[in-house]
Amino acid sequence: MALLELDDLHVALEDGTEIVKGVDLAVDTNEVHAVMGPNGSGKSTLAYALMGHPGYKITHGQILFDGEDVTEMQADERAQRGLFLAFQYPQAIPGVTVASFLRSAINAIRKARAGGEDDPIPVPEFRKGLMSAMDDLKVPRELAQRYINDGFSGGEKKRVEILQMAMLQPRVAVLDETDSGLDIDALKIVARGVQRSVGPEMGALVITHYQRILNYITPDHVHVFVGGRIVEEGGPELAHRLEAEGYEAFAPVGVGGES
Amino acid sequence: MALTETEVVQGIGSDYAIKYGFHVAEDYFFKSGRGLSHELVDAISSHKSEPGWMRKFRHKSLDYFLARPLPTWGGNVAEIDFENIYYYIRPTEKQANSWEDLPADIKDTWDKLGIPEAEKKYLAGVGAQYESEVVYHKLQENLEKQGVLFLDMDSGLREHEDLVKQYFGKVIPQNDNKFAALNSSVWSGGSFIYVPPGVKVEMPLQAYFRINAENMGQFERTLIIVDEGAYVHYVEGCTAPIYTTDSLHSAVVEIIVKKGARCRYTTIQNWSTNVYNLVTKRAVAHEEATMEWVDGNLGSKLTMKYPAIWLLGKGAHGEVLSIAFAGKGQHQDAGGKAVHVAPYTSSVITSKSISKDGGRAGYRGLLEVAKGAHGARSKVVCDALLLDEDSRSDTYPYIRIDESDVDIGHEATVSKIGEEQLFYLMSRGLTETEASAMVVSGFVEPITKELPLEYAVEMNRLIQLQMEGSVG
Repeated sequence: MALLELDDLHVALEDGTEIVKGVDLAVDTNEVHAVMGPNGSGKSTLAYALMGHPGYKITHGQILFDGEDVTEMQADERAQRGLFLAFQYPQAIPGVTVASFLRSAINAIRKARAGGEDDPIPVPEFRKGLMSAMDDLKVPRELAQRYINDGFSGGEKKRVEILQMAMLQPRVAVLDETDSGLDIDALKIVARGVQRSVGPEMGALVITHYQRILNYITPDHVHVFVGGRIVEEGGPELAHRLEAEGYEAFAPVGVGGES
Repeated sequence: MALTETEVVQGIGSDYAIKYGFHVAEDYFFKSGRGLSHELVDAISSHKSEPGWMRKFRHKSLDYFLARPLPTWGGNVAEIDFENIYYYIRPTEKQANSWEDLPADIKDTWDKLGIPEAEKKYLAGVGAQYESEVVYHKLQENLEKQGVLFLDMDSGLREHEDLVKQYFGKVIPQNDNKFAALNSSVWSGGSFIYVPPGVKVEMPLQAYFRINAENMGQFERTLIIVDEGAYVHYVEGCTAPIYTTDSLHSAVVEIIVKKGARCRYTTIQNWSTNVYNLVTKRAVAHEEATMEWVDGNLGSKLTMKYPAIWLLGKGAHGEVLSIAFAGKGQHQDAGGKAVHVAPYTSSVITSKSISKDGGRAGYRGLLEVAKGAHGARSKVVCDALLLDEDSRSDTYPYIRIDESDVDIGHEATVSKIGEEQLFYLMSRGLTETEASAMVVSGFVEPITKELPLEYAVEMNRLIQLQMEGSVG
């Protein structure tokens, strides 16, 4: 059994509109999966539903994490078990610095794993880990004392998402359009950061519109996602075929357009 | 930050009950009967062996109090049963300058509140008021040697009558408002501070006000005089046991900041939610002087308090930083006032209010620029954060400008904690309560960062207490 398993997952908006229409997916550590789809295919809905966004209802099917049914769990419980989402649009929290935010998040996860007892990370250990992760991702150190995502450029936000991933050390990271809004140099840095984390401790699910991030993170599996369904699956060569032929070739009638 | 999950009792974290909400047996030197009268005023004045002018001042103030109607704006004060309040309790016969000399129950109270510990670590002086009297008082010797006076108000009157007579009731006249009149008639305790010219008191002086008895009325009176070029930071904290019936706290604070001097006055108000907190605070700032009010209101049933600064001298500067947090059953009517009467004066009022669980928090402010105060600058920013649909925020910004050569700015925002913000934080492993507390801490950060570290930590902890168990 894989670490993260989606079993015939259906997701609807609060008004009942079904967006994700039956997805099966299995992601393990040491693996990179790419979910590729056009705008409006429901990619972000899938990402939000995986993380437990209250605005998206799982109407059918289930999500298993390490064999445990997490379908009904809130986002914090999923995060505490080792699921992570790098947001396409990270939220600003004015007044809360990147450093204090990260330390609180790490301590919240440590506390949950210690059965509800406080088990704070020693400050020197935290500081050292943060500085080294920032250097790896070429995030300027002064960013640690700025308010998280408040006035950050698009590229800074995306890098800080990956910085959070590196610090929180999840077991499965879902990256929602992490490549969008990044120039090529930033893309390389971010992709390298993800690639470094993938291994025996972590697997990744890369959700993207374009193939270009996959030039730097080689996927083991590619899933073509159109109209709320996976319509084709294959190895890395599938991404190149997509790049050449476009999504049209895979689109069911009447879906897959811009929205 | 360490966060814990606890239940909420009547809008206060249950931690409040353990940490602050306890009460101890009453074994008092003197306790008045309930209610207010000229006989009571005589009894208080006699206990304190006051000079005749003060006794007269008290009687006249009582007349003013009785004659004035209750205010019909702000919060609901009509429910206060003035006849049910104890106006004067003298817990001990003598003031101590060693914690060991206090009765065991009272010493134990201060220990629980962490005051002796704080004194050792980061305070230059401490006054500890229990019911109506300051039972413990101490100032560091080196400051005494420099001529700094830090006494309770009663000792101040006894030992420095001329100075007190010169300033007492001058910044806030006894008939300024109904509650200032009440305080002027039955005042007891509070602080008297004089900082000589050029002396800078580097560490804060702190006063702590504790109510223990049920239906207590506490009426401390504070007078601070910062002489030319001097500096002092005064911090006050307050707590009370949780009772089902009401208590009343009505203080008057008068501050004189002379030429080129600076005074900062920080309040962390954490009364239990059965206390009416009706306080008048006003400072005058002379030429090139700076006055700063940092006003944190977390507790009480109803607070009506608008720290004021009169900018009397050319180039004087005033700041009010106000945080108000209203939970279930609480109404915080807070704010600030800046009155510019001299040229090139400047003021900044920053107000942050948070309401949750049906609580009501508001900003009520006055900005006034008199004719002739040319070149005056002022900026007022009030931000409100609503944590749920049942809560309420009000903004009453009164502005009166009689001078054309001025630079005035006013901004107000109301926001809610967004679902997307919460989801973002929760996706990192924070519980919903922790996530909300983090958004709130961030919201008030512009003010907490102005506090000395120990108080910033305390403020954040209190905010987390307020947040616990309240969301979802």
